[in-house]
Amino acid sequence: MLFLEQLLNGVQLGMMLFLMAAGLTLIFGIMHLINLAHGSLYMVGAYVTATVSLASDSFALGLVGGCLATAACGVLIEMLAMRHLYHRDHLDQVLATFGIILTANEATKMIFGPQALFLNPPAWLSTTVNILPETPYPAYRLFVIVAGIVVALFLRHLITHTRIGMLIRAGATHREMVTALGFNISLLFTLVFALGAALAGLAGGLAGPLLAIEVGMGEQILILTFVVIIIGGIGSVKGALVAGLLVGVVDTLSRAFLPTVLKTTLPAASADALAGSVSSMAIYILMAVVLVVRPQGLYNAYGT
Amino acid sequence: MRVSPFIRQALAMTALCVSVQVLAEPAKIGMITTLSGGGASLGIDIRDGFELAVKERNGQLGGIDVEMMIVDDGRKVDNAKQIATRMVERDQVDVMTGIVWSNLAMAVIPGVTADGTIYISPNAGPSLLAGKRCHPNYFNVAWQNDNLHEAMGQFVSDQGYQNVYLMAPNYPAGKDALAGFKRFYQGDIAGEVYTKLGQVDYAAEIANLRAASPDAVFFFLPGGMGINFTKQYSQAGLKASIPLFGPAFSFDEGILKAVGDAALGTMNTSQYSHDLDNPANREFAAKFMETYGRKPSLYASQGYDTALLLDSAFQLVGADFKDTEKLRRALAKAEFASVRGEFRFGNNQHPIQSIYVREVIRDGDTVTNQLKGTVFTNHQDAYAAECQMK
Repeated sequence: MLFLEQLLNGVQLGMMLFLMAAGLTLIFGIMHLINLAHGSLYMVGAYVTATVSLASDSFALGLVGGCLATAACGVLIEMLAMRHLYHRDHLDQVLATFGIILTANEATKMIFGPQALFLNPPAWLSTTVNILPETPYPAYRLFVIVAGIVVALFLRHLITHTRIGMLIRAGATHREMVTALGFNISLLFTLVFALGAALAGLAGGLAGPLLAIEVGMGEQILILTFVVIIIGGIGSVKGALVAGLLVGVVDTLSRAFLPTVLKTTLPAASADALAGSVSSMAIYILMAVVLVVRPQGLYNAYGT
Repeated sequence: MRVSPFIRQALAMTALCVSVQVLAEPAKIGMITTLSGGGASLGIDIRDGFELAVKERNGQLGGIDVEMMIVDDGRKVDNAKQIATRMVERDQVDVMTGIVWSNLAMAVIPGVTADGTIYISPNAGPSLLAGKRCHPNYFNVAWQNDNLHEAMGQFVSDQGYQNVYLMAPNYPAGKDALAGFKRFYQGDIAGEVYTKLGQVDYAAEIANLRAASPDAVFFFLPGGMGINFTKQYSQAGLKASIPLFGPAFSFDEGILKAVGDAALGTMNTSQYSHDLDNPANREFAAKFMETYGRKPSLYASQGYDTALLLDSAFQLVGADFKDTEKLRRALAKAEFASVRGEFRFGNNQHPIQSIYVREVIRDGDTVTNQLKGTVFTNHQDAYAAECQMK
């Protein structure tokens, strides 16, 4: 029972990572742009969702507001900064987007103050659900899992069954050809960036009730997100889903069971200390193994 | 030999000019603290508390003009070390203070104090620096890390809990916390878990906790970590069946504002509470609320007390504040009215003070701490005997 519950926890973490990674992998895969500011968009989503939810007393409205505001920020960043970076070296992109992180952090501190914000899940999600016998599981985490599945299905439909999706896939591999055929590639890029930003904003909004909404919250999840897209394959949304779930489950299960496993052979204090260190390394070890076995990631780019 | 009156006058004028020069030079105070990232609210509170005291005295402490150098360490050890080196060598600060986190403190304080600069800690109190590696140049105005946890260990035992689950982050203060709790707690330990510093999601730990079936939980998770854990714990529906206990660091005013009702009913130990009834605190709490629009946390009181300590010491030494030996002796006297009430230093220059227990209550439309009782009076840390000083 405990194992199943921890597995669910891993899936929930994985879904959160998938939302972040999907946006990042699209941006990286389609536009070849390393966007470190993705974490800042996540933070913007969380802050706006919290503010709108508290003002309007509706979490749904808060989520919608968060997505839209983050998409708008995404468009703004794309037009002001990203446009000039597409043709430049990856290092320049890293420097520029790192600058955006610093600016976003300070701006957030100026607008909202340094203290963390407060957001609770809506009342109907604040209970627990007995999904497994005698295991009350927080309803809100189930909601996050469901939201992740819905987004995954939506993205799959978007990329494989719509014209826009076709343009995205074509623009990734044959940029000049798409322009030559008369499509406005820069508008497409802006749309993709806005979509990626909206996904990050949704992840932030969903994370709000669970985690502390504070300045710098984006950086913590950004590192995990990069690990996910490297494992999953850059440019592949399916890879983002599979890798996200893999990373979420590995991280959660190692944190949950490694102490117990180590305690069978080591004294309690050292087992705990060692388990703590090893479990925080677990996902990076996984990433290293994947890079050795299949350097391009689990799935090829531009797949579904 | 008769000295010409002209020479005498010239000498007098020179002496006057030189002494005026010395009086006019400000005292340089270097503050390295965490103003951004996960633990920012702690450093911001310490800084605000300190600055309030200086503002009240029109930019002076003890009649000496004060020049503050406040730099953000971002909770990174390398940053703190770099800033400390710069402050000692380039800026030549007279006193250093500010560090929030014990891992940063362990990296910076030994070097700085050995170099001859006085360091006054407004927060971090690692056990090594209170015991074997104590130093005459190192003062701690807040507490030794174990203290608040020791008080909670005593309180939890007194309340009759027999099977407690322990959680803390994997860094020096986390280890000190659980060691301190176990020193005074008499019952069984259902589990002892060290999480990653800065971890955000505690779902895995909470599931394990539930499976262990303790009758209470003691956790030390300061700043954003405390917010995350308490929210998630309440969402898992455990608060009613397994009560939460912790030091004030897990339930400070900033955390309560972000967590809200999820923390109601929990108990925590602290050397300070904003509703402590003594004249210094009544004035401080009111002024802090007026200046910054929030109730002072224990971190704010610690920053304020650090400034008051310096104020009292500067008043004693006056223009001789650059004389490290004199300043040190003045600081050790601790002749100031602390906002927490009674305060004096032990032989290792850590506080001997009372520790109270508080409950988290709803006060109108805010959630805050309320003083509920006293756990220890004249409590000294467990490492004082290991310190060779005096």
